[in-house]
Amino acid sequence: MSFNTLFYYWREAFSSIFRNSWLSIASVGTVAVSLLILGFFSLLVINASTFTQDLESGLEIRVFLKDGQSGDSIKKIKAEIDRVSGISVVEFVPKEQALEEMKKSFGNRREVLEGLQNDNPLPDGFRVKAAQADQIPALAGKLSAIGGVDQVVYGHGLVERLVTATKWVRLAGAVILVFLCIAAIFLISTTTRMSVFARRKEIGIMILLGATNWFVRFPYILEGMILGFVGAVLAASGVYAGYISLTAYLEQSLPFVQPVTDQNVILTVLMGILGMGLLIGALGSSFSIRKFLKI
Amino acid sequence: MINFYNVTKIYPNGVKGLNDVSLTIQKGEFVFLVGPSGAGKTSLIKILFREELPTRGQVLFYGKNISRLKGREIPYLRRKIGMVFQDFRLLPQKTVFENVAFAMEVTGASKKSIRSRVPEVLEWVGLADKTKVLPSQLSGGEQQRVSIARAIVNSPMVIIADEPTGNLDPDTSWDLMKLFGEINKTGATVIMVTHARDIVDSMKKRVIALSDGRINRDEEGGVYCNEL
Ligand SMILES: Nc1ncnc2c1ncn2[C@@H]1O[C@H](COP(=O)(O)OP(=O)(O)OP(=O)(O)O)[C@@H](O)[C@H]1O
Ligand SMILES: [Mg+2]
Repeated sequence: MSFNTLFYYWREAFSSIFRNSWLSIASVGTVAVSLLILGFFSLLVINASTFTQDLESGLEIRVFLKDGQSGDSIKKIKAEIDRVSGISVVEFVPKEQALEEMKKSFGNRREVLEGLQNDNPLPDGFRVKAAQADQIPALAGKLSAIGGVDQVVYGHGLVERLVTATKWVRLAGAVILVFLCIAAIFLISTTTRMSVFARRKEIGIMILLGATNWFVRFPYILEGMILGFVGAVLAASGVYAGYISLTAYLEQSLPFVQPVTDQNVILTVLMGILGMGLLIGALGSSFSIRKFLKI
Repeated sequence: MINFYNVTKIYPNGVKGLNDVSLTIQKGEFVFLVGPSGAGKTSLIKILFREELPTRGQVLFYGKNISRLKGREIPYLRRKIGMVFQDFRLLPQKTVFENVAFAMEVTGASKKSIRSRVPEVLEWVGLADKTKVLPSQLSGGEQQRVSIARAIVNSPMVIIADEPTGNLDPDTSWDLMKLFGEINKTGATVIMVTHARDIVDSMKKRVIALSDGRINRDEEGGVYCNEL
């Protein structure tokens, strides 16, 4: 591609952006709004995911053993638990430690447990953590099949609800993102279609003079990409400013909420917005030029 | 070299534009294509320019089968052919200079070569003093010259003109015809559709006469119509 041709592309793209200036502003605006919502939504999904991951990693399975087992058979059970795949941490909890923990959880009413010191009714057991939260119910089944295991307990219901909630947030996010993108693509394609339509005669003559399809198409695709990019820059600035002030506010007023403030994550979202802007622009405009190229 | 082998063109509505046409045009020839309205002259040109595909038969352009060209090869065929359209097809919002330069721009020519070549061609068709004028400010004959300048600016191997003198007065027609004669002398093949009987008769070139989609006469140094 020669320098002359490149120059020609930019000149044509800018001249049609300014010729249809109102429509250009409208489509920049739509792209900006769509990508703004898209950006905030992505950040919401990222925060929700991190939050549920934190919760998930705190979830544990308690395995209680049958009473009166020798040290050897406890070792055997430990070995069998280790062999089950999908487990990240296994920790032995002797009955004394279990009682201590229970006392702690009772706080200042711990004296009700005082009498149990010499006749501890709690069994020995294991504390098991799953590598993935949605595997917990299946793991619990496998663990309870091990010989010498009396009972397996985990946060019934809570785990399942958490897992489905995360799935729904991600799914709803994806659906909304797709709809917003389609709307933005549609608007860009309307804008470039106006430029293409205004110059359909010129395009016909170009093709008869031996212009390649790419030569005809590229100024319009460039126009779409410029509009998309300008909209994306506006959206990215808005998302950045909005998110920074929102996290600052949350950290002050709700200290137990920990939003994602990792600069790399935020930067990825902003880059994603810019990339989406270019993509939406290119797609929208290539749809609008297609049917004018058949001569 | 251009070869038509048993070319038939049937339009979607069933009308036969061309009926079993075979012909050969050598490099550097000057050919008049004549015949009554509806004879198939424009159909023949459109097939050569790949605006229409033949229904049956083969067309070779310098050995290349035109029907087998891929979409991305068509522009390069068209760059080898300089087309002078009957309705000019100039861009109204571009000046004379820009209209001619446009044909070079679409091929990716450099600014420098455009600046030296376009004035040369405009000078040659006699429009050196009208380069900054819009087509709407020109007479019909002048507009036709602009479209001739645009057709030859890339020095194509073949120049095709579909009734270039269709709505011009006889003097202007003669001027343009001399221009085509000169283009032909530089080595380009010229194919010209025309109804200008006196011009055809006096130029003594090859004449191919079509009627009802068939070639009914093809002779060197021919005349517009034998019967009269
Ligand atoms: N696109 C088309 N669809 C259907 N029929 C067509 C089409 N183009 C041409 N024809 C028909 O094909 C026949 C040949 O037309 P063509 O345009 O080649 O004639 P021509 O010799 O150029 O006539 P003229 O001197 O009037 O320009 C005519 O009967 C015409 O009606
Ligand atoms: Mg015709």
